[in-house]
Amino acid sequence: MSDELLNLSCKELRDAIAAGRVKSVAATETVFEQIEKYEPSVGAYISTFKEQALTQARQVDDKITKGRPIGALAGVPVAIKDNMCITFGATTCASKILENFHAPYNAAVVERLLAADAVIVGKTNLDEFAMGSSTENSGLKKTVNPWDLSRVPGGSSGGSAAAVAARMCFAALGSDTGGSIRQPASFCGTVGLKPTYGRVSRFGLVAYGSSLDQIGPVTRTVADTALILNVIAGHDQKDSTSISEQIAPVCDYLEKLDEPPKGLKIGIVPQLNEGAEQDVRKAIGEALEVYRNLGVEIAEITMPHFDYSIAAYYLIATAEASSNLARYDGVHYGYRTPRPNDYIEVYSKSRAEGFGGEVKRRIMLGTYVLSSGYYDAYYLKALKVRNLIRGDFTKAFESCNCVMMPVSPTTAFKIGEKIDDPLQMYLSDVYTIAANLAGVPAISIPCGFDSKNLPVGLQILTPAFTEEKLLRIARMYEKQNQWHLKKPALIK
Amino acid sequence: MAQLQYKAVIGLEIHVHLCTETKMFCSCALEYGLEANSRVCPVCLGMPGVLPVMNKHAFEYAMLTALALNCEISRFTKWDRKSYYYPDLPKNYQISQYDLPMSRNGFIEIALEGGLTKKIRIIRVHLEEDAGKNLHSAKGFSQVDLNRAGAPLLEIVTEPDMNSPEEVRALAVELQRIVRHLGVSEADMQKGHMRFEPNINLVIDKDGKDCKTPIVEVKNLNSFRALERSVAYEIARQLDEFAETGLVMEIGNKTTRGWDDANEITVLQREKEEAHDYRYFPDPDLVPVEVSDQWLEQIRSRLCELPIKKQMRYVSDYGLSDYDAGVLTAERAMADFFEEVVKDGGEPKRVCNLLTQTGLKLANEKGCSVAELGIKPKDMAELAKMVEDGQVSATASTTIFEKIVETAKSPIQIAEEFNLVQKSDAGELGKIVEQVLKDNPQAVDDVKSGGKKSKKARGFLLGQVMQKTGGRANPKVVSEILAKKLT
Repeated sequence: MSDELLNLSCKELRDAIAAGRVKSVAATETVFEQIEKYEPSVGAYISTFKEQALTQARQVDDKITKGRPIGALAGVPVAIKDNMCITFGATTCASKILENFHAPYNAAVVERLLAADAVIVGKTNLDEFAMGSSTENSGLKKTVNPWDLSRVPGGSSGGSAAAVAARMCFAALGSDTGGSIRQPASFCGTVGLKPTYGRVSRFGLVAYGSSLDQIGPVTRTVADTALILNVIAGHDQKDSTSISEQIAPVCDYLEKLDEPPKGLKIGIVPQLNEGAEQDVRKAIGEALEVYRNLGVEIAEITMPHFDYSIAAYYLIATAEASSNLARYDGVHYGYRTPRPNDYIEVYSKSRAEGFGGEVKRRIMLGTYVLSSGYYDAYYLKALKVRNLIRGDFTKAFESCNCVMMPVSPTTAFKIGEKIDDPLQMYLSDVYTIAANLAGVPAISIPCGFDSKNLPVGLQILTPAFTEEKLLRIARMYEKQNQWHLKKPALIK
Repeated sequence: MAQLQYKAVIGLEIHVHLCTETKMFCSCALEYGLEANSRVCPVCLGMPGVLPVMNKHAFEYAMLTALALNCEISRFTKWDRKSYYYPDLPKNYQISQYDLPMSRNGFIEIALEGGLTKKIRIIRVHLEEDAGKNLHSAKGFSQVDLNRAGAPLLEIVTEPDMNSPEEVRALAVELQRIVRHLGVSEADMQKGHMRFEPNINLVIDKDGKDCKTPIVEVKNLNSFRALERSVAYEIARQLDEFAETGLVMEIGNKTTRGWDDANEITVLQREKEEAHDYRYFPDPDLVPVEVSDQWLEQIRSRLCELPIKKQMRYVSDYGLSDYDAGVLTAERAMADFFEEVVKDGGEPKRVCNLLTQTGLKLANEKGCSVAELGIKPKDMAELAKMVEDGQVSATASTTIFEKIVETAKSPIQIAEEFNLVQKSDAGELGKIVEQVLKDNPQAVDDVKSGGKKSKKARGFLLGQVMQKTGGRANPKVVSEILAKKLT
């Protein structure tokens, strides 16, 4: 029974709950059994809310019994990354500096999940303040990849991807500043979508790089990603950077999901793909073959400025981060050093003791980048590069409807393998960063396994605010194979 | 040593609180004098994950003020983060405007002695959020009140076009009058709605050579008096310092001083201009503001006549004194009320006297403005006319004014009810005068004899007539009759 239940997609589970075939309480209990079983080895969660989740589940079941209207995620147990604020538990960002921080407000996406009657089971681990590509930078917890416990789950939304892969929730929310949803999704064999910048409200998402951050779903299927996007997408007056729905209407992303878009033409950048491991290249090549067999045209394109995206990213993201993280100072909330001698020490010691190494590195980088005399050479130049990369996409989308490439040059790497070499770690974001710089939507979907039986992800990118088309393109592929149904050996 | 010839060069940076209902980037109410930290929310507390949303009203108030200060309004303006660590700044950055302020290149006209005016150029006007307030306790710890954090703050920067403490004060007063006229700020000094930071130095003529003293910035002055006195003090101090040390302006020797109000001196705060690096960069949480023609025109249509123009018009059109015109235009409500009364037929000088004397006194007692006394402009005009026509005396008009405020009855009703209408009938008054002359032959002789006693005797006779009429005789008419009968 529990296996059968856990194999349901969000959509199937929601329909079963709505029809009264399955109780949300049963689904929620099953998820917590799963958590009790695998969490000790996977370590995906920073906190779980069993009592609260069961209460929520009972309320949903009660609504259904009484025939009252229910939301699009009624009774579905989901997890959220621990950098989104909630009123019913801590929001730590996996940092000692916020370890005991309880927000008096819910993030906009949390409000939307609750309004859709989703059951929130817990908050997932991440690289501290979402800075990292392996979740090893978490200041609170270690998360491993359910496919191989000696490997990283990716990052920074590693906890969300691992929880979904280990069936410790039916779906999760992640945040993506430079690949933080897509890369762990690909490492853990799940679907992960970074929506267009402005599609989903950032209110209540603890900021890392404000002009790049975007919240998105991590799920097992493309349909579930569409379902969650239906719930979280839309304008929010509390976020000035969220787009007006008059300009970019939100549509029902599930409605035409199974209809392949007409006249599809895929753009690929051959020399880019060469940077990936052979197994990754092979899987991507085979995925493209699937599309070709479906009659889709594939064209070679160039993106001349793509190579500069990492450099531009680490200037812009760190500059914004240095300012965004200035507020964690021990004065108003969060960790405060025990015996400061003066107020300067409240700042310096609280921050020195509260932040981890990678966060400090990025704050220092960003502070330097914005310093007078360096601003033009670094920050301003990075903004110019960002515009060029945007231009690359504009040009690419003139000749094709989407661009496909790997999500990551490698599959999941070993724990500890890159942690002492930050530059090597930064390079694992080479394929994902451009979408954040350009603001366009991008998805990672499972497209096979490497020789070590580790999942490989295919990345698809489309123009801004065309998530509907992006999901249909992804679904075309998903329908042709079973990759998304494979389970890690751990939970078989 | 001979007296040094010098010229003071003074520029001013002014912060003005805008009186919007809510704060600049959140919906907390803007209220003053309340319990510490009772008007705060996650946004102005700078909690994790919250986002600012621009208050459009504040931006419009800023536009209106900038237009009144003859500034060019930027059609594209953005928000920048200014970084510094201080406990009253929860995010440790202030949302401000750096290289693309919402307006620039304006001027403000100030009145000088003898009806002259002077234009002080304005470099820029921009909008930002205020910080909170640190409260330092005697017990050795400090507390932070964030009620003010996030309040919309207008920063106005002038060119160093002022040359005396009086000019600096005139500019500050003029600005207060302008923002009050526009209704964009209460500009209440006691509540800290206006804060001044003058930059002062001197150009001293030493043996035919111009020597510039190092620039001093005086921080955080919150009264006109402190502003004027600190500038005057600085001028004297810099003159002495130059005489003593001969120190001249160099890059990096600008200093910052504070004003010690009790001892009326400035005190050194920062020796050298610290190399402040605020690391400005565009705030990614806010979208730039684009000002359309339509929006700009809509705001421009809300502009009113500037107080200084109004003051000049009152002098030229109504023949009021510059002083009276200044009093009438200090507050917009007062000026508006005055003009309504004049429009309803009130003779301007009479109206001015009534308003600036009795009106202000009553308003002060009641703690409201003259316009809020509840008197109708039409009644006010009628009262002025009654004084003008000699129906009531100036003394009686004060009583009538008070009674109108108390009872809301018309001036005539009150004048009649309290027997305040003057007797002006020449026939009736003539008879009374006859009687008085008959009863006081000595005084009549004194008048007729001329000389020293004449004036006094005339006054005595007038007094007798007034006494006989219970003070209600029109003294002008009585004097005329007396004059006729005593020649």
